[in-house]
Amino acid sequence: MNRIDAQPTSGASDTDRPLVFDVQGLNVFYGDFHAVRDVELPVRQNEITALIGPSGCGKSTVLRSLNRMNDLIPDARVEGQVAYHGVDLYGPEVDPVQVRRHIGMVFQKPNPFPKSIYDNVAFGPKIAGVRSGLDDVVEDSLKRAALWDEVKGKLSESAYALSGGQQQRLCIARAIATRPDVILMDEPASALDPIATLRIEELMFELKEDYTIVVVTHNMQQAARVSDRTAFFTVEVGEDGTRTGVLVEFGDTSTMFTNPSRKETEDYITGRFG
Amino acid sequence: MTTTTPDLTGDPARHRKERRVKMVMLAAGVLTIVVSIAIVLSLLSEAISFLTQIDLGQLWAKGWFPRRGRFDLRTIIVHTLLVTAVAMVVAVPLGMGAATYLSEYAPRTVRRVLKPLLEVLAGIPSVVLGFFALTWITPNVMRRIWEDTELFNMGAAGIAVGILIVPLIASVAEDAMRAVPDALREASYGLGARRRHTTLRVVLPAAISGITAGFILGASRAVGETMIVAIAAGASGGSLLTFKITEGGQTMTGAMASLAIGSDQIAGVGAAFQSLFFVGLLLFVFTLILNVASERVIRRFRERY
Repeated sequence: MNRIDAQPTSGASDTDRPLVFDVQGLNVFYGDFHAVRDVELPVRQNEITALIGPSGCGKSTVLRSLNRMNDLIPDARVEGQVAYHGVDLYGPEVDPVQVRRHIGMVFQKPNPFPKSIYDNVAFGPKIAGVRSGLDDVVEDSLKRAALWDEVKGKLSESAYALSGGQQQRLCIARAIATRPDVILMDEPASALDPIATLRIEELMFELKEDYTIVVVTHNMQQAARVSDRTAFFTVEVGEDGTRTGVLVEFGDTSTMFTNPSRKETEDYITGRFG
Repeated sequence: MTTTTPDLTGDPARHRKERRVKMVMLAAGVLTIVVSIAIVLSLLSEAISFLTQIDLGQLWAKGWFPRRGRFDLRTIIVHTLLVTAVAMVVAVPLGMGAATYLSEYAPRTVRRVLKPLLEVLAGIPSVVLGFFALTWITPNVMRRIWEDTELFNMGAAGIAVGILIVPLIASVAEDAMRAVPDALREASYGLGARRRHTTLRVVLPAAISGITAGFILGASRAVGETMIVAIAAGASGGSLLTFKITEGGQTMTGAMASLAIGSDQIAGVGAAFQSLFFVGLLLFVFTLILNVASERVIRRFRERY
């Protein structure tokens, strides 16, 4: 974890932004199923890191191990180290609930609660015991999620009255309201139409000023458009037919998409595979 | 080029068989409907005959003593509501606790064992629960709390009815909670919620319609339960209006049962016999309303999430 202490030297490139996550030798199992193997992944502050790859390559699994959402799956087991600002997320002292308050998550399908718009955003702060200033938190979060202007007059209406794209921005606002440091996004735009997708992408770009974002996406163009760094995963089929996700290549997005060092990456991003 | 015309005609014997099966099914369906209508009609005609035989003032007489021509409806309705209320006080917390545990807390293996056990509880004959109420609940529960509890009392009967409807409430509520999409639970956990927050603030509110429907169904079952109240709530032959659950009292079903048990006694008493149908009709309307209400509640909220 020494790398976290390394300060950016003068004239350093973006490479030297502080590490938020330092994933070392990550292996995830679901029962006997080895879902991902030996993942090494650095995630740097105020950057967007994209995890791409074909279905079943374990990119969502890796994402969910960053805020211990895998704990919710019975039989899931995580080995290796996920350091978050130098703290091992899987250390014995760590409370997954606290982890998730620092590391928010936005899911593939918009999943607002069957509550009012206001109550959706206020949910996180409320369960964390915040009682005063909720109105400000709600307004601020909705503004950051670029939704405020559309909903300010109808905060008490059901979140289900919103369109899919609005619902997803509401979910982002809801995540922001817990004042996280990182936002994990699991294919946040895959259930949305192209215009709503574009809005989410613009939003991600704005959000990285204040947050560190890790995004799983199926969409190559999306990864190319929004991310600073890209991790490319693929599926390795063993001799006995078992499928395990592995990290093939990690690097600056611009390099990955113009000059990938691995053939698998090139095949995938040019559409010859997956 | 010669093409042979394909033979696409089916086997006529098979056709006839198909039609016969269809007719049998149709007959079974129609018979059920006919029987239901016949029951309602017989209830109606006997109830009307009852009303024409008596002076309507008798429906507000002192107490329910059908053989003496006193048919005070308030007595048996109030007693029915008392027993139902006691049953709900017992069944709602137990049923909700069981449902919440099974749906949100129990590991898969535990659920696999407990869920069928709950169904077993649902299979206990109500006559057994009736004797349980009389011989165990009255001395060990009712008299512990209220020393002067009568041997036959509505409290013990209500508790037993409550036990009877726990599985119903638990299973309907559990189904409703399990129907809440995991996406909502994940959203909650993802925001740093603990399991109790997720259960209380996300799952329960989202499942409230199904849970409410379960309560209504449970109440409907409690209103209609007969054997337990006939055995344990006491007051055979009739009863005076009381609001005390430590005393005996006839419910609507209890009144009907006590009239019907000695049907030879009823036959000669004219209006007393027919009162049975009148109360039966009232009961039918009560439970029908409750069942329709639960249907409505479920349908009204179904489109959510």
